[in-house]
Amino acid sequence: MKLIIAYFKPEVFTDVKRALLRADITKMSVTNALGCGAERGYHETYRGADIEIDMLKKVRMEVAVNDEYLQPAIDAIMEHAQTDGPDHSGDHGDGKIFVVPLEDCIRVRTGLRGKEAIG
Amino acid sequence: MLWKSRSNGLITLVCLAGCTAISVGQTEDVNTATAVADPATPAAALAALSLLANNMWILLCAALVFAMHLGFSMLESGLTRAKNTTNILFKNVAIVGIGLLTYALCGFSLMYPGEEFAGAWFGFGGFGIAPPEEYDPLTYADGAYTYWSDFIFQGMFAATAATIVSGAVAERIKLGPFLVFSALYVAAVYPMVGMWHWGGGWLAERGFHDFAGSTLVHAVGGWAALAGVILLGPRIGKYIPMEETKAGSRNSVEQAISGRTIVRPIMGHSMPLATIGVFLLWFGWYGFNGGSVLSADPESISLVFVTTSLAAAAGIFGAMIPSWLIDKKPDLSMTLNGVLAGLVGVTAGADVVSPFASIIIGFIAGVLCVISVFTLDRVRLDDPVGAISVHLVCGVWGTLAVGLFAPDKSFVTQLIGVAAAGALCQPAAIVELGAVKATVGIRVSRQEELGGLDIGEHGMEAYSGFQFFTTQ
Repeated sequence: MKLIIAYFKPEVFTDVKRALLRADITKMSVTNALGCGAERGYHETYRGADIEIDMLKKVRMEVAVNDEYLQPAIDAIMEHAQTDGPDHSGDHGDGKIFVVPLEDCIRVRTGLRGKEAIG
Repeated sequence: MLWKSRSNGLITLVCLAGCTAISVGQTEDVNTATAVADPATPAAALAALSLLANNMWILLCAALVFAMHLGFSMLESGLTRAKNTTNILFKNVAIVGIGLLTYALCGFSLMYPGEEFAGAWFGFGGFGIAPPEEYDPLTYADGAYTYWSDFIFQGMFAATAATIVSGAVAERIKLGPFLVFSALYVAAVYPMVGMWHWGGGWLAERGFHDFAGSTLVHAVGGWAALAGVILLGPRIGKYIPMEETKAGSRNSVEQAISGRTIVRPIMGHSMPLATIGVFLLWFGWYGFNGGSVLSADPESISLVFVTTSLAAAAGIFGAMIPSWLIDKKPDLSMTLNGVLAGLVGVTAGADVVSPFASIIIGFIAGVLCVISVFTLDRVRLDDPVGAISVHLVCGVWGTLAVGLFAPDKSFVTQLIGVAAAGALCQPAAIVELGAVKATVGIRVSRQEELGGLDIGEHGMEAYSGFQFFTTQ
C-alpha cells in the first residue's frame, strides 16, 4: 500500500481527476496549498505598487492506493499536470509527486483493515 | 424646526402664486401665450413650479437608473467565479464611462436628432451636446424637464444597454477588445434603434409602443450578448464530452442532453452578492420605468410603480415554479433571474397595461426565462449570468405582450418593431465583434482562463488573503 501526495497547479485538477477516474481510482482528498519551487512566482500590481507573489496556489492531492494501482495513478497525474512548457516537456511549477509507504488503512464505517479497506 | 421652516417656505411660495393669480385675475384677462413669457402671471408661476417638480423627478430617476449599475456589478460578480471578480467589476465600471461619454459625443444626437428627422430611419444632429437654439427650459419638452435632465436620463439608459453584454461574455473575453466592441455598439447601434421609436423615427409613426425599452434597451443589449456568446464559445469545462464522465460512474445523475457532451454547471461564487444585485436592480427599475413617464404626472408614475412591482413579484413565481418542478429543488439564481425577467417583461407596457395584465406578463416572463436558460444550454450557448434569457427573450416577450394586453396597441406593429430591432442589432453586433475577433482576438488564452482573469488581465485578486479553490 502506498500513499501518493501530489502537488500541482489548481487549473489541471479537473483533468487529473478525470484521468484518475478512468484508471478506476475513485477515492482522493484535495486541499488548497500555497507553495514555492523553482519557478520564480509572478507579479501583481496594487495601486501602482509592484508585489512579488512567490507563494503560489497549488492543490495537494492525497490518494491511497494498493501497489498495482501506483503506476496508473502516477501516469494519470503526470499526463495532465505536466503542462506544455517552452520545449513541450513541462514547465517550472508543474508540481511534485511524493510516494510514501502506507502501514495500514482502516475503513471507519466497518472497521475493515488493510488492502481491502483502500479500494 | 428645520422641516417647519422648509414647509413654511413652500406654503409661502404657493400662497404667492395664489395671490398673484387673484390679483392678476382681477386686473386683466390672462393670455396663456404671454403668461409663459411673463413670470409675473399665475400661469407662469405654475409652469415654473411644474417644471421644478417634474425636473426633480427625472433627475431622481436618472440617479436610480445609475444605481442599477451597482446592481449589475453585484449580480454579475455573484454569478461568476471568485477568480474572475476583479475583471467583472472592472468591465462594469468602464462601461459606465464608455456609455456616458459616447452618448455625449454622438449617441444623444443620433437618438434624438430633432423634429426634421421625424419618421426617418436615421438621423444625426451633430457631435456633442448643446441645447437647441432659442432654448427655454419652460417650453423644452412642454416644461417637463430641462435639456440637461433629458441628456443625463437617456445617457444612463445607454450605459445600461451596454452593460447587459458584460455578464454574458464573462470569464473568458479579453478586456481591451470587449471595451472596444462596447464603445462601437453603444455609440452607434443603440442610439440608431432608439431613434426609430423614441427619437420620433419610423416606428413611432407606425404606432409602435415600447414604454421604457423592453426592445430598445434590453433586447438591443441582449442581441449583442447573443452575438458575444456565439463568437466566444463556451467557458472551458462547461460542456464536456460524454466519454470523460463514463469512467466515473458517479455522474449517472447528470443528464445526457445532446449525446455528445453534457452540461456541467459552473457555479457562481456568491449568492448574497447576486441577491443584493437583483434587489438593487429592482430598486433602480422604479427610476427606469418611473422616469420613462418623462414627467412627474402623479397618476401615471403611480400606475407604473404598481405594474412594475407586480410584474417583478410574479416573475419570482414564474421562475420558481418550473425550476422547482424540473430540478426538484427551487434554484435561487434562477428565481433571481425571474425577478429581472418580470421587470424586463413589463418595461415595454408598464404605462398601458392593467395591474392584472402586468402580473400575467411578469409570470410568463419568469417561465420563459427558465425555459430559455435550459434551451441555451441545450444548444451549447454558454451565458454565465442568464443575460440573454432575461434581457433578450423577455425583452421580446414584453414588447409583444403590449400588443396582447394593451387595448389599442397592434400586435403586428409590435412584432415589426421587435423584428426590425433584431435585424439591425444581431448582424451589427456580429460584424463589429467579428471584426475585433479577426484583428486582435477576443478570447483569453486557455492558461489565463483557467488561472482566472483577475491575475491574467489585471494582476490583482478580488479577494486577496482569502483561499478558494481555483480548480474549476
